[in-house]
Amino acid sequence: MSSTTADLQHGHGHDPNAPESDPHFQHHFTTMEQQFDTSKIGMWLFLVTEVLTFGGLFAGFGLLQGKYPQEFIEAHEHLQRLAGAGNTVVLLFSSFTMVMAVLSAKSNQKEKTVRYLWMTVACALIFMCVKAYEYHHKFEEGLLPGLWYSHEGDLIKGSHGYASFFSFYFMMTGLHGLHVVIGAIMLSWLAIRANRGEFSSNYYTPIDLVGLFWHLVDLIWIYLFPLYYLIK
Amino acid sequence: MSSHNGHTTDFKKESRAHLLTLLTLLFLTIVTVGASYIDFGSGNIVIALAIATLKASVVALFFMHLLHDKPVNSVIAVSGFLFLGLFLTFVLLDLGYRKDSTPQNCPPNALCSGARFVPPGGEAAAGGATPAPAADKRE
Repeated sequence: MSSTTADLQHGHGHDPNAPESDPHFQHHFTTMEQQFDTSKIGMWLFLVTEVLTFGGLFAGFGLLQGKYPQEFIEAHEHLQRLAGAGNTVVLLFSSFTMVMAVLSAKSNQKEKTVRYLWMTVACALIFMCVKAYEYHHKFEEGLLPGLWYSHEGDLIKGSHGYASFFSFYFMMTGLHGLHVVIGAIMLSWLAIRANRGEFSSNYYTPIDLVGLFWHLVDLIWIYLFPLYYLIK
Repeated sequence: MSSHNGHTTDFKKESRAHLLTLLTLLFLTIVTVGASYIDFGSGNIVIALAIATLKASVVALFFMHLLHDKPVNSVIAVSGFLFLGLFLTFVLLDLGYRKDSTPQNCPPNALCSGARFVPPGGEAAAGGATPAPAADKRE
């Protein structure tokens, strides 16, 4: 398996001893492979900072759930499980189209690369539409963060637990949604570049790195979904 | 694309593997939604987090290529999660074992609904004269 991956990375007609022939080659690297590996390490370091950012929010959510257990269970009943599950499926499918875009790029299949990238963008848009529908429903019912919380008919009158739940809900799904939007913008940029024929088996670093970012967005949602929509 | 026949077979093999990964993830999603309808008490959250971690591992190993990638990327990823684990562990310890700093007359929304501070002399003294100065001292 590792030998086939290496073959795909180097591709045909590429001489690792003469990387200068590639217009994407930067002079401070020895080979194209070293350049690719270095970029990838940088991306992984960035992803770690993302994990720690969301980790802090998860810790805060866990602390307040420990403080207001009844309120959090009652508040989560306002979330639409079907919308959350649907969005989970959309994001998982988009991770598949993303990984297929990377594979197409490193196999020199331009048309497929462009198609899979646009499919991933479409999934991002579906995700944000469902999110907008959910947010609209929350706004209508006064299920808002902090001081703006104005929902009537809670079981524990006057508790700040409900508003705390929605503060975390909007903060975490909002930050996640921002990542989806940024991801969609970057993917559109890549699709346009791929359509121009800028990527090949010799150089597909941007698609690979945006792919890693996109999978992390999926990975964070994998935790957000059960913790917000399915808690008991 | 005629010069890439060798790659087409790899392409097919790899796309099949990615499709299998997707089906695994969708199956685990159905399991986690299904499990949330059954009442396991406090076990629900453990099951949900265990399945989420399994799904996250599948995404990291196959979609993010960590399984076939240079080990340095795995080292970076795992170290990130180790530090996150360290952070969460101490937060949970704090949640479980910290005594309240405002034990008396705690308003409903103050940070004191966890473990209650029991003053020396216990609950029996609560109605007497001693608790009020004790509370002042804690503050």
